[in-house]
Amino acid sequence: MSFGAEDRAQLDEIRSHYHNARAASVSVMRWVQRRDGYISDTALQDVAEYLELPAADLEGLATFYNLLFRKPVGNHVIKVCDSVSCWMCGYESVHDRLRNCLGIEYGDTTEDGEFTLLPVVCLGNCDNAPTLMINDDLYDRVSPDAVDSILKAVRGHGGDRG
Amino acid sequence: MLWIRFSKPFAATEEIVAEITPVLTRHIVEGNPPLDFTGYRATGGYEPMRLAVETLSPRKVREIVKESNLRGRGGAGFPTGVKWGFVPQGKDSPRPKYIIANGDEMEPGTFKDRLLIHGNPHQLVESMIITGWALQADIGYIFLRPEYETGAHLLEAAIEEAYAAGFLGDNILGSHWSFELHTHTSAGRYICGEETALLNALEGKRPNPRSRPPYPAIAGLWGKPTIVQNIETLVCLPHIVANGTEWFRRLGLTKDSGTKLYCVSGMVKHPGNYELPIGVTLRELIYEHCGGMRNGHDFKAAIPGGASTMFMTADELDTPLDFTNLEKAGNRLGTAGVIVADQNTSIVGMVLNLMHFFAQESCGWCTPCREGLPWIEGLLRDLVEGRSQKGDLQLLDQEMRIIGPNSFCALALGAEGPLLSALVKFPEEFEAYLENGLDPTTPPEHTAPFATKVES
Repeated sequence: MSFGAEDRAQLDEIRSHYHNARAASVSVMRWVQRRDGYISDTALQDVAEYLELPAADLEGLATFYNLLFRKPVGNHVIKVCDSVSCWMCGYESVHDRLRNCLGIEYGDTTEDGEFTLLPVVCLGNCDNAPTLMINDDLYDRVSPDAVDSILKAVRGHGGDRG
Repeated sequence: MLWIRFSKPFAATEEIVAEITPVLTRHIVEGNPPLDFTGYRATGGYEPMRLAVETLSPRKVREIVKESNLRGRGGAGFPTGVKWGFVPQGKDSPRPKYIIANGDEMEPGTFKDRLLIHGNPHQLVESMIITGWALQADIGYIFLRPEYETGAHLLEAAIEEAYAAGFLGDNILGSHWSFELHTHTSAGRYICGEETALLNALEGKRPNPRSRPPYPAIAGLWGKPTIVQNIETLVCLPHIVANGTEWFRRLGLTKDSGTKLYCVSGMVKHPGNYELPIGVTLRELIYEHCGGMRNGHDFKAAIPGGASTMFMTADELDTPLDFTNLEKAGNRLGTAGVIVADQNTSIVGMVLNLMHFFAQESCGWCTPCREGLPWIEGLLRDLVEGRSQKGDLQLLDQEMRIIGPNSFCALALGAEGPLLSALVKFPEEFEAYLENGLDPTTPPEHTAPFATKVES
């Protein structure tokens, strides 16, 4: 299975912003991830074929970056900041509550496929610590008690994965 | 005098609003969408660009930037005009020339570029055009971390409007100069903020840093002359062009020029972004602008410029937060991400958190950093969990001093700052852990009862 004509048109537009195929590889893989939620082995081959690059080179990139996923993720990826300002403002109780509510550890996905929990580097929202990001939305000054309502509000809504 | 307060979560009082004369954040209203093309034009936007392209030679703009004493806001503080002077110019110089806005903001405690990108994308686009003109660049990229994707969309819309107005593309404003501008959204690694790693990232290679020389100004993206600047540095340019170098130099309270966005986080009453004249003291920043420490909390220490800078203690509260004075004090302004710790914050816990960050974000290219930082993190973890032996503190100090200078790039040197300064300034805290370990977690405290969702 490779990219269809419609896909190729979108990818060509992405490709046009770069000097060569290699430079476009991260953006093309991000496009795949928006479509599929992650980059499957098949999709990696498709990208390699489209960009005429060795799949191993793309694999090297995909595994280097924190937010390119080579495994399936949930509909919503919860990115919890684990950097210093959030730590100082008490992230541990928030993180504990998240793990308890979801019944998973960092890096795992809930059985119903709704949530993946990932610790991430400083989200640049330190004045609102502790903070987390779900899909593209930031949540400010999250308390442990707010975790339930956040999950309830997000659950069931179609996510923009990754 | 200008006193600029910019803090999202707390509504500024009317008195404070009345005093505001911001420069870089002037047209940013938190919660409102950023100005579109028409709105930005109505504030006088793109006029400095017009002034530059129509009346000032590229050489003249470069001279203005040099005279303004603008220093890089991304962490290193290198004089922008000097860096620009390294770019080969003239008919026979290599082409294309590139300029890159570094918006891979991932330094813990730093959140100024997010505000500038999301709050006023046209200001950044205009800044890129002015920089492009000054350096006679052909292609520009705005490099963003993936969590700022909303910002990328805002910038793409702004870029489209600028193309439609003839401010980007071929023969800009009737000149012989053509310039194209793109955004690139990365996929998340701290090392991409290091300028040579960023070049590899943009080329689609594994983003390890490159050896220098050659410097990017001579041989950068695909071997062509390339200038990489932090977002905040760039957005100073329209204002320097419009108001002159003397005005810009006078904005600073000390020898350094301009305003500075101080990102204050931690245990102060009103954390937030504060655009202030560069050179305010730590005391003024915390007690006059941020409303002091949270009720019931006392100041213990602060890190002035993101994760890679050194601890400051109460006896350093009167140090001006600028490049020159902090360098004199053996510290660095870094990104001006000021992280303020209170009396309950464990310095050892803080250093452990920072070391975890550095160990995780080491790109793995060179052995001292890849192997050394996780090992240091392990020593610190042993310490807080009660597994340390006498002599481990000396070991921490000794090994950290070996790792930093023997690493390929500055990442591990950055990790050195907080650890070595904490060992000197808070030895008793480390020693306390030697006995039997302690829980380094600070008690959580939340100033707002509910989490609020904000558009990123």
